[in-house]
Amino acid sequence: MAGIMLETQDLQKSFGGVTATDHVSLQVEEGECHAVIGPNGAGKTTLIAQLSGMLPPDDGAILFNGKDITRLTAQRRSHLGLARSFQITSVFMGLSVLDNVALAVQAHSGHSFRFWRPARQDAALRGPALEMLEKVGLQDRANGLASEMSHGERRQLEIAMALATGPQLMLLDEPMAGMGPEESGRMVQTLKGLEGITMLLVEHDMDAVFALADRISVMVYGRLIATGSPAEIRGNEEVRQAYLGEAA
Amino acid sequence: MAEVSATGPAGRLSRISVTNGFMLASLVALAVVPVIIYAAGNAFWLDIATRLVVLSIAAVSLNLILGFGGMVSFGHAAYLGIGAYCVGIPTYHALFGEFEMIASNNGFFHIALAVAISALFALIVGAICLRTKGVYFIMITMAFGQMVFYLFVSLEQYGADDGLVITSRSELPGIDTGNPLAFYFLCYGSLLAVLYLVHRIVNSRFGMVIQGAKGNEDRMRSLGYSTYIYRLAAFVIAGAICGYAGALLGNFTSFISPEMMDWAASGELMFMVILGGASSVFGPVIGAAIFLLLEQLLSSFTVHWHLPFGIMLILIVLFVKGGVSGLLDRLGR
Repeated sequence: MAGIMLETQDLQKSFGGVTATDHVSLQVEEGECHAVIGPNGAGKTTLIAQLSGMLPPDDGAILFNGKDITRLTAQRRSHLGLARSFQITSVFMGLSVLDNVALAVQAHSGHSFRFWRPARQDAALRGPALEMLEKVGLQDRANGLASEMSHGERRQLEIAMALATGPQLMLLDEPMAGMGPEESGRMVQTLKGLEGITMLLVEHDMDAVFALADRISVMVYGRLIATGSPAEIRGNEEVRQAYLGEAA
Repeated sequence: MAEVSATGPAGRLSRISVTNGFMLASLVALAVVPVIIYAAGNAFWLDIATRLVVLSIAAVSLNLILGFGGMVSFGHAAYLGIGAYCVGIPTYHALFGEFEMIASNNGFFHIALAVAISALFALIVGAICLRTKGVYFIMITMAFGQMVFYLFVSLEQYGADDGLVITSRSELPGIDTGNPLAFYFLCYGSLLAVLYLVHRIVNSRFGMVIQGAKGNEDRMRSLGYSTYIYRLAAFVIAGAICGYAGALLGNFTSFISPEMMDWAASGELMFMVILGGASSVFGPVIGAAIFLLLEQLLSSFTVHWHLPFGIMLILIVLFVKGGVSGLLDRLGR
């Protein structure tokens, strides 16, 4: 039996009168790809923001490998092995593709109070960075500027950066957002190729979700209404009414 | 791996060589022209050249945090003032007594004092200001700058807002600081050292972190960086370098007053950075040169020179993306 890697207990968050996270208790098992789906405004991104440490929950707890991380900063969580990709592409536009990934590698190779040696000639950063680019198929673009990439390529770059932090768990906030079928097919292949990394995937693209997810949780108005295997979720009447019915 | 990183995107190579060529030519000109001016006995233009080089150091230090770190500090002239008074006050006491502890004409002491106190002040200001963002950061750094301004205005012993005359320049072994040309080359050598230092910092691991935090701080934090501490370190380094420039400026003008650190002076430094181009290490030197030359040129035509000057600055900022060094980049393509 695989252990539980990430767990939320009764997580709550509201903005004014809107409850974005309503008593959410979720378990992500080690090694699985766990998808969270739900209509727009269901609170999926708010959930990711709390898991990654960008937003403090009002109540409840987050456990990562059994350790309470509810009050830890985003940077501390990253060093525990939690990585995230952003819904809105957030790579560093003015830097080269390789620079972007090297910066992610650098975050996990000691402190950065190193003022003298040129970082761009540092094999300890460039080597692993190039390896990560190969994993997502961007090695040919290494020297281009991130701002000159296509949308789909930038999303791939996001994945490479998250990978470069050496995560145990990746929080993927709509990695296929804004992609055409071909690009999202490529992203599915990339994510499938990542072995040994547990994933929590928030995604609207149902083809991608059913291609990737081992288990699916459905979120509506901040509440989890169902969790189960893809087949169970497909057959769940409440889910059909709340979500799949309108998407299919 | 080295060769992968050495080649840039298409066209970058020629761009860099044009910009580097311009930089090299400018630096050679700054080394040669003042000698000719001095030989010709033109003290006025040697003064302008010295001012240019000293203000360039200040602008380059500001650019480290403004251009590369995205921290729009509107109180950077405070460090110029602090540095200048770190020369003025010890020489004052060396002449008139009291405070034997700091009374000194020793240049090393002045510089150490200027750098240390500027760094300390930057540490305090940065620790508070870097908790804010955007326009709040601009306003609060300006408020701290004004605080120092009013502190020196209230110091009656050191001339208050009438200012303080520095009767003798800092004494350094092997350099006759009283000689205008020797003093110029002290400043010029300092500028070269500061340019090289900032160039190394910007391209180091540390430099990559502050540039990343400028682009997207949330992203940096989720990658695992404690951005605050790195930004604070950059803020302190910039303050220390500017304090050093202040010590040179105090020596140069031999008359210092709180006016050199009010918000308008901070604004002038920002203009130099934006004018020259905030995305290159050398840009602020070009900005400072254009600023000082325009100031001289326009003020020789009319006493109301601030108006056309302001209009030209606005036009450059609006229409020349990346400042003058950005323009050079594009010419080189």
